[in-house]
Amino acid sequence: MQQQNPLGEIVRQHEADILADWIKEQLERDRSPNTRISLVREAEVRELCKNFLQHFIQGLQSGQTHNLQGPEWSELRNLLSVFSRDRALQGYTPTETASFIYLLKKPLFARIGQTLAKNSDSLYQAIWTTNDLLDGLGLQVMEAFQKGREEVISRQQQEMMELSTPVVKLWDGILALPVIGTLDSARSQAVMESLLQTIMETGSKIAIIDITGVPTVDTLVAQHLMKTVAAARLMGADCIISGIRPQIAQTIVHLAIDLGGISTKATLADAFRLAMQRAGMNIVSQPARA
Amino acid sequence: MEQIPILKMGSILLVSIQVDMHDRLAMQLQNDLTEKIVSSSARGVLIDISSLGMVDSFIGQMLSNIAGMSRILDAETVVVGMQPAVAITLVELGLTLKGVRTALNVEQGMDYLKSFASSQPENFIDEYS
Repeated sequence: MQQQNPLGEIVRQHEADILADWIKEQLERDRSPNTRISLVREAEVRELCKNFLQHFIQGLQSGQTHNLQGPEWSELRNLLSVFSRDRALQGYTPTETASFIYLLKKPLFARIGQTLAKNSDSLYQAIWTTNDLLDGLGLQVMEAFQKGREEVISRQQQEMMELSTPVVKLWDGILALPVIGTLDSARSQAVMESLLQTIMETGSKIAIIDITGVPTVDTLVAQHLMKTVAAARLMGADCIISGIRPQIAQTIVHLAIDLGGISTKATLADAFRLAMQRAGMNIVSQPARA
Repeated sequence: MEQIPILKMGSILLVSIQVDMHDRLAMQLQNDLTEKIVSSSARGVLIDISSLGMVDSFIGQMLSNIAGMSRILDAETVVVGMQPAVAITLVELGLTLKGVRTALNVEQGMDYLKSFASSQPENFIDEYS
């Protein structure tokens, strides 16, 4: 349907009025007690709304009011996704972000109503089309918002992963791997890989996995630990698990987890002593020199 | 025809796998190795797989089998130099190669086989004295 679209014309004529009303609506809402006033500065809102309306009119005038994915709307889509991402990163709520679009409805419908008051058929058409469009744009905002949030989450996960898998060398041929935080599949994979890699590089015969920093041990975590130990054994290194807290020992027994002959020690110090013994070394105390 | 060389060092047989293992080659290695153990009355077998980047369940099984066969023929098997990626794959496949001794490198594997041999002196007096 390539007929001349009257909507674009209406919005263009009343651009200044709609803009003013829209900005007013937003500032009013921002001033209400439970939203963050300070976060959005008025000039910023004004600039954003002005850009948005310009692209919106361009889109309307193209006549492609049914397909938001078309090239006519690409600039508007870009604008919205940048906007929503920023808001997500700045910690806005979804409602605060999406209402940016929905607050446009009132001033826009008012102008359309004024202009087309005499012709109820085309008024209905125009309102319906606009409503549809704005709803579609609102959904796009939410989608981009969500994406922004997910980016934040995945970045934090990445950072956590990097933080939490150091392999330290305690002695010639003895490695320690202090595990901090819950072991899920992805993390245990990373832990396993870095441990095995270091075992290979250093030719260490004994690795101590210290789980003092692991809050809970369930069957899944135990399984991950067993896998790591099994893989290390395949490469020719022995593992000792240390740092088992009393509650964890109780949980392991209650869950009937079979640790299958893996040596376990209560503390890292005990594990280290055992490792020294196995490596054929002995620790002797000497009288301290005065 | 492709063949994996089996080297004899004293009473220890040394196998270094440096080509991609396929199933026929694996079967042949099994045959050759068992025959060699018997003909040379070897007491230890050292298999170096440090150049193997990929091990599937069949090869994993073969390593287990070789260890089992050697044990029946009274020889101890050590698999050395497994790559981290290979170890992870085997564990994910559920193959932990029970009954197979492992070591990080040839040196440590040899140390183990020698200490194993000397722990059974009655058989080894001829060899080491």
